[in-house]
Amino acid sequence: MIRPHRRHPLFLAFLLHRTSGILLALFLPVHFWVLSLALTDAAAFDGFIRFTDLAVVKLAEGLLIFLLAVHIFGGLRLMALEWLPWTAMQKQLAAGAIALSCFVSATFFLQVI
Amino acid sequence: MLTLRLYMLQRITALLMAPLVLGHIGVMIYAVQGGLSAAEILGRTQGSVFWFSFYGLFVLAVSVHAAIGLRTILHEVTGLSGRLLMFFTWGTALGLSVLGMRAILAVTFLTRGVS
Amino acid sequence: MNEVEKTRPVSVWRGEGEVGQFETYDVPAYDNQTVLDVVSHIQHYIDPSLSYRFACRVGMCGSCAMMVNGEPRWTCRTHVNKVAGQDVLEIAPLRILPVIKDLATNMDPFFDKWVKAEAVHHSSASRDEEMMVVLPDDAERKKADAGIECINCAVCYAACDTVAGNADYLGPAALQRAWTLYNDARDAGKQTILEAVSGAGGCHNCHAQGGCSHYCPNELNPMQAIAGLKQATTRAMLKGKL
Repeated sequence: MIRPHRRHPLFLAFLLHRTSGILLALFLPVHFWVLSLALTDAAAFDGFIRFTDLAVVKLAEGLLIFLLAVHIFGGLRLMALEWLPWTAMQKQLAAGAIALSCFVSATFFLQVI
Repeated sequence: MLTLRLYMLQRITALLMAPLVLGHIGVMIYAVQGGLSAAEILGRTQGSVFWFSFYGLFVLAVSVHAAIGLRTILHEVTGLSGRLLMFFTWGTALGLSVLGMRAILAVTFLTRGVS
Repeated sequence: MNEVEKTRPVSVWRGEGEVGQFETYDVPAYDNQTVLDVVSHIQHYIDPSLSYRFACRVGMCGSCAMMVNGEPRWTCRTHVNKVAGQDVLEIAPLRILPVIKDLATNMDPFFDKWVKAEAVHHSSASRDEEMMVVLPDDAERKKADAGIECINCAVCYAACDTVAGNADYLGPAALQRAWTLYNDARDAGKQTILEAVSGAGGCHNCHAQGGCSHYCPNELNPMQAIAGLKQATTRAMLKGKL
């Protein structure tokens, strides 16, 4: 239930940006730790990589790429808002960023599945 | 709680990472074709100065960027400020960069071989 | 016997300071009725102890700003039918500002931040000098003109979650006003303004949520003004001036 004063498109864009940032920040240490297994426990590292054959893991990877794409494209929209000449098309740009993120993550997912 | 300096750091690391992220996504889309294996990954990254530099820069930039981002969220949601907030910010930045560089070294120059 | 008047339930925040609760009143329902009409009716005919602010009642002064069904609005320009329909009408004091009593808030923090942002005129000349010519279609003047109609009603301030989460944050109205002065050819304090909006509560905290521009009853665009300040401060920093 979103509070009434937040029910407009640019707030949702902000929420998506903040949420994706938090989730990515939580994912990173896990990602780094798994990769370091190549150094400390090669067998476990290989095991983790084989883990990615599972469909549910591939779906999670697709979602992660969506989060990353939405964060960077949304971020670029923000930087354009701040540093480039003003355009009133912010809602359209926000929608475009989400659409582009869907395209990128779907491309990845279709390659991996 | 962003001053001009923190804001600039945040934005500069963002711009730095833009091509790196797009490159990373592209690499992932390419790499997952035909399935993933440790040998395949390490076969490309071991001994590579390029990947070490690429991901090294990425890790340093993201450590700063994520630390400042999380700092802002922590302050706005919990009101934390002052020294504690500063410790959290530095802790996050250092933690991510240490873990990240370790991970990069693990797959480039320090791997002990894999099946 | 005259026709029975239709009534509607209206929920109004009553209390002093941080302590309070919503109380419900039955108010006559008309086809054309503003939220200010409703509040006034309660105070005139039902409970004279209700405290609220208004002045012009025609959408020019901004005194009657309140939260209506969770959104900050001018109550004199809000038709009940447009925001409530069949639902309960809920009226509360503006968010974030400290409450004095019932629907009246303490506007001090809002005005203090206006001054803190250096959104005040910095004189560059006296009456003894020639008047500066400022053409209305000058590019800088147009940027300033886009924000000068702000009447400081605090609707944008109450709409902003960054204001809610960051006590230092100067807020959209103060920053927009600072931007209008930054673009004022007669203002001699441009550097002072940039420094004032670059601190812990400065323009760089804005997340572009857009609540300010979405809710401004004068249809101003504080979000754009703040973006302008971000650009100006960035340029100044890159030139070593900040």
